[in-house]
Amino acid sequence: MTNGFIIKCIDSVVQTILNSEEEIEFLDRAIGDGDHYINIKRGSIAVQSIKSELTTLPPDQAFKKIGMTLMTSVGGASGPLFASFFLALAKETSGETNLQQFSKGFTSGVESIMDRGKSKLGDKTMLDVLIPVSEKLQSLADEGCEKHQLIKEIDSVAIAGVVATKDMMPSKGRSAGLAERAIGHIDPGAKTCQLIISTVCKELK
Amino acid sequence: MKKFINKTDDFIIDSLKGFANAHNNLVTLNLNPIFVTRKEINPNKVLLVSGGGSGHEPLHTGYIGKGMLDVACPGHVFTSPTPDQMIAAVEKCQPKLGVLFIVKNYSGDVMNFEMASEMIDFDHQTVLTNDDAAVINSSYTTGRRGVAGTLIVEKVVGSHAEAGGDLSSCKELGDKVNHHCSSIGVALSSCIIPAAGKPTFDIGIDEIEFGVGIHGEPGRKRDKIRMAHHIVEDMLSAILKDFDEKSLDLKDPRGILLLVNGFSGTPLSELYLIYQAVSEKLEEKQIYISRSLVGNYTTALDMAGASITMCLLDDEIKKHWDSSVLTSNLRWGY
Repeated sequence: MTNGFIIKCIDSVVQTILNSEEEIEFLDRAIGDGDHYINIKRGSIAVQSIKSELTTLPPDQAFKKIGMTLMTSVGGASGPLFASFFLALAKETSGETNLQQFSKGFTSGVESIMDRGKSKLGDKTMLDVLIPVSEKLQSLADEGCEKHQLIKEIDSVAIAGVVATKDMMPSKGRSAGLAERAIGHIDPGAKTCQLIISTVCKELK
Repeated sequence: MKKFINKTDDFIIDSLKGFANAHNNLVTLNLNPIFVTRKEINPNKVLLVSGGGSGHEPLHTGYIGKGMLDVACPGHVFTSPTPDQMIAAVEKCQPKLGVLFIVKNYSGDVMNFEMASEMIDFDHQTVLTNDDAAVINSSYTTGRRGVAGTLIVEKVVGSHAEAGGDLSSCKELGDKVNHHCSSIGVALSSCIIPAAGKPTFDIGIDEIEFGVGIHGEPGRKRDKIRMAHHIVEDMLSAILKDFDEKSLDLKDPRGILLLVNGFSGTPLSELYLIYQAVSEKLEEKQIYISRSLVGNYTTALDMAGASITMCLLDDEIKKHWDSSVLTSNLRWGY
């Protein structure tokens, strides 16, 4: 993994977020409080604005910088969660990050989201995308697999994760106030994570 | 959407500058990161720091001043502040007796304040407010939401801290007041977040959202609009049930503090009408209203609607509620 790749991903993730305004806002209006898109957009644009600084940093330090930038720009619930992810990822990675290391870092990032948000699988949150993805990533990295297979499998696990949130009863996040009324709606935080992961998969192609 | 805005991105900062300017005898606004402190910082008392998403004004900035808060950290509209704001504010104030964070129980606020408290080198405690009786506390919720009862916590603990109370007694008193408060809100219309430009939720012309949160987030159920005293009856029974479950006896002769709070889109005349309906019902139930407050104290942008908060008083809470306070939006005794 190089910073060239990280920066390419940042640009396409920002583009994906901007293109998904209607979809994310629709989901958040149904079961959230309507600020998710605005926060995610602010955070991704803040990260995009430090691109020139990131080009000079090794991946681990770039991840740390991304984490700090998200921590101070996003706010809300997603800010600390995304920030915790990147700060933990930075700790597990190094100057020359390979897939093994990255998957370990990804898992540790997901664990720090679980700690910070005190949530688990099945709570109708972003973790319903992130946990299956981290498990799949870990097992694919351990087995050693072809790039195209990795891309395909990760993308489909992320999509399956987001679809699964539809029938879940929320227990964390703002939609918890809705309980039964949220059943039948996809979780907007899970959707955002899936969009980001699918975008990174596309960039890997 | 029609709002007084220059640039959407500048909404909060433009508004905060006006607030600080209008009340420059009381507060100072810091930019980069954003926080508001008392004009004269007193490092020799427990520092009371609150904050949260903007859009609930006068909560929290309007309660900065003698006898109440020392610092407020406003976030973007309905979005919690970020940890760097709280860290910078505490570092500027250099409190010698520690910091008490007063945080409304929303996952975003809790997490950002938690990150901040992990990163400061001062003694600290946190009071989480969760007075909203609407959301039932179960394994399916993050717990109850903090709403208008928060300002009662800020006033009472503010008085105690001003009188020299130490950190642990401030924390204890804050938890007690929160426990003694119960609230429920009803929305008649949605609010519009400036950056979103459209209503947060759809609601029919003849509908109300019962148990609404202060971000326009859904509560218990969607109802048809009815006569005010019928709506008030439902609101009261939710609150009374909550006090029952907390095993607090509202018939205490020391009485209650009744706060009828507007979400800002409902005129005062309607809030007083609600107050009257509540007080008649409480009289039937032999619950004594000892203190009252009616007005827009914890708002939800331009949402129409109101909440009722009852706080069971004891001698300590009553004494600190009555003590003098000098903030832009709550002031007496000076």
